[in-house]
Amino acid sequence: MTDKTQKTTADISAKLETGNSSKTSLMYRKNLKDIVAYCQELFDDLDFKAVKSWKEAKPGRKVIGYMPVYVPREIIHAAGMLPVGIMGGGDQLEVIHGDAYYQSYICRIPRSTIELGVTGRLDVLDGMLFPSICDVIRNLSGMWKLMFKDKYVRYFDVPQNYEDEIGGKFYIHEMQTLRDDFAKLVGHEITDDDLRNSIAVYNENRKAVEELYAFRAKGPWKAPSTEVYLLVRAGMVLPVEEHTQLLKDYLEVAAVEDRPVRDNCRVVVSGVFCEQPPFNMIKSIEMAGCYIVDDDFMLVTRWLLQEVPISGDPLENLSKAFLHHSNDTAAKYEPDVDKKGKYLIDSVRDNSAEGIIFAGPSFCDPALLDRPMLQNALAAKDIPFTSFEYAENSGQMQPIREQAGTFADSIKLWSA
Amino acid sequence: MPKKAPPTAIKEQSMEIQKSMIADNFRQLYDAPKTDQKVVSTFVPGNLNELLMCFDFARNLPEINALQNAMRKRTGRMIMEAERAGHSEDVCTYVKADLGMMAQGNIGPTGEALPTPDLLLLSYTGCFTFMKWFELVREQYKCETAMLHVPYQGDGVITPNMREYVVKQLKEDIIPTLERVSGVKFDIDRLRQYLRQSAKAEEDLVWVLQSAKNKPSPIDAYFGGVYYVGPIFSSFRGSEGAAEYYAMLRKEVEERVRLGKGPVTPEGEMPEEKYRLVVEGPPNWTHFREFWKMFYEEGAVVVASSYTKVGGVYDFGFRHDPDNPIETLADYCLGCYTNLNLPHRADMLSQYVEEYEADGLLINSIKSCNSFSAGQLLLLREVEKRTGKPGAFIETDLVDPRYFSAANVKNRLESYFQMIKQKREGNAPLGAAA
Ligand code: SF4
Ligand code: SF4
Repeated sequence: MTDKTQKTTADISAKLETGNSSKTSLMYRKNLKDIVAYCQELFDDLDFKAVKSWKEAKPGRKVIGYMPVYVPREIIHAAGMLPVGIMGGGDQLEVIHGDAYYQSYICRIPRSTIELGVTGRLDVLDGMLFPSICDVIRNLSGMWKLMFKDKYVRYFDVPQNYEDEIGGKFYIHEMQTLRDDFAKLVGHEITDDDLRNSIAVYNENRKAVEELYAFRAKGPWKAPSTEVYLLVRAGMVLPVEEHTQLLKDYLEVAAVEDRPVRDNCRVVVSGVFCEQPPFNMIKSIEMAGCYIVDDDFMLVTRWLLQEVPISGDPLENLSKAFLHHSNDTAAKYEPDVDKKGKYLIDSVRDNSAEGIIFAGPSFCDPALLDRPMLQNALAAKDIPFTSFEYAENSGQMQPIREQAGTFADSIKLWSA
Repeated sequence: MPKKAPPTAIKEQSMEIQKSMIADNFRQLYDAPKTDQKVVSTFVPGNLNELLMCFDFARNLPEINALQNAMRKRTGRMIMEAERAGHSEDVCTYVKADLGMMAQGNIGPTGEALPTPDLLLLSYTGCFTFMKWFELVREQYKCETAMLHVPYQGDGVITPNMREYVVKQLKEDIIPTLERVSGVKFDIDRLRQYLRQSAKAEEDLVWVLQSAKNKPSPIDAYFGGVYYVGPIFSSFRGSEGAAEYYAMLRKEVEERVRLGKGPVTPEGEMPEEKYRLVVEGPPNWTHFREFWKMFYEEGAVVVASSYTKVGGVYDFGFRHDPDNPIETLADYCLGCYTNLNLPHRADMLSQYVEEYEADGLLINSIKSCNSFSAGQLLLLREVEKRTGKPGAFIETDLVDPRYFSAANVKNRLESYFQMIKQKREGNAPLGAAA
């Protein structure tokens, strides 16, 4: 390691104060109601107004969209661009054109994403990344290339081989390509220090998200999952620095808010890592008597499980974090048969959960094929679970509420 | 009234040979526990057959089992068995047919028990589902596993980084694992020899596939094509037998071209070629004959198809190269059809429509297969736009009989043929109809 690459956290923090981040004044008053209302507004906004105003605030600003499940947002940030998570159209978007692109047996997220695209709502994006998660999103990358020819479009592959010398080398190279492409897009080089700065910024964000999850797991009545969801979701459109601040503010006010404790059971929700369920589904689960104490929503915010080192080669650091300290989900190959499902068992233990709710999008091969293996792992440990499917535009929540309610009752009965 | 006997299938000599090759392979698999031969299970796209032969493995291919079972009408029950065991109705039925078969005693298509593999080799090429399928069978076999991750051609090219990644995995992970499990030392010259035979077979296969440019086409490049690619996509590529098979097939087809004959169908030679089609997507296996009949009855012949490229795209020049044995394996895996991006697939299909002078593109969209199917409606529009030829879209499944609606498919096809006719008449120069 050369001296030049040896950066300290202090150096980086100093840069943070003056760096390329866009600290804007708070868009909400620091109280619980306002914070949640602000997040709800961002969530409801299918026109990406917040993104547009960020872009318009300074000439030359650029925005890169990305889909689930994971992209190294640090590289986008280091280029001075805004990473924006595209999570589909939810249940409020009327899909008119999107259905003409997909057969009935394909999940909803690609069609609502196409709808967002062809209706001009994604015009604000200068490019789009399609991560390696499944064949639907993979093929959507090609569709995007055919349909939006003036945009930067990239399928972002990640290794399924976790050796530094094999998968790591491949991954570093893929990230380098992204870095070079972005440098061209913004018209300037992305230096190692730019990357280190962005890693530091995202480390802070990951820490804040972790704190939010830990806070909820400790006292789920203090941070309802509807709020936690909205807060994390806000991170899909806000500049990361603002998002981190938002989370900190929420934690501060939520800690002192007096909220009633309910006789709910504690569950982990699994399978929601790509197509998002209707917001009502999260509400319904809670109303049915289940506190969600962990989940796999928007894993991009929690993909890397440890602080990524700032000193040394930044891409190598991101690679090592990806290979050795990253979250598990169906999009990943588990090389060790005995470790299949271990992450869920760990989550149950670490979060004192009493059961798992498998909620998977209809027609989602990764989630639905993974599910029986995860269920076997849970069954071997006597961990109760229940399962259902949803679509992002599912209207009827009654069956889900009933199923979650029955599950909650049975858990209480078992533990009585 | 006595039931009419089904027509006896008319077969060419090459088909008979192929049948016995397949039977021999199953025999080898069934006998493996007695002969102590090591068995590997691996998938069709991106399979490393030549490499596996270097270690004397018997090769078991789950997709081949599933399609063979489907043609024998057995997969319906197998799929239901898997669904009863907790698998979703929504997921790929190849996977469920395989799991259902295992749950019913792992009896192979020809009626004997398949051996437990000594190694699962996942060449994760062109389909994400393979990864989950592989994890699911691993859970049951609990045997040694190896995984080759083949990156996707997102930008439509094989970059040096992609190639190096695959080569590295082969050298540092796959080959040492194969050596360890088989107890056989890797001999690169043996690999070169097999690759030489592959290239020979590939040359002849391409000639056969391209013979469909003739009018009439001497082959059906989809329904007949799936037989033609059988050996090269499965456990035979690289073998002397496969090279001989393709040499013989080529001779047969050369003769058909010389005589100006059309393709052989299960009911004999097709008398008149009325429509020439390019087909995208896998066939339906549960009603294969019935499906095919809907075409040949109407005089429709498939002149090019993408399905015959899933186990390797050879008609744009790629051949296994004995001089670069490991790199060539990487390029082969990276180049399989479902590993190509959508723009590349649109280029290829448009080129087929034009070069094979087809009347248009027909897509058989498979419910099971996101890898093929996601994006096909755009592909259809794109190819129509580029070629000016009408397209059509039908939906079936690979091995789930519940998703083959004969009446619907037939209706769609009939109106498509009608449309082609009208289009032709409309485009015909004045006076041509006289
Ligand atoms: S919901 Fe599942 S199948 Fe659909 S795009 Fe996401 S991961 Fe792929
Ligand atoms: S999704 Fe398609 S390519 Fe993948 S295993 Fe199923 S049928 Fe084969």
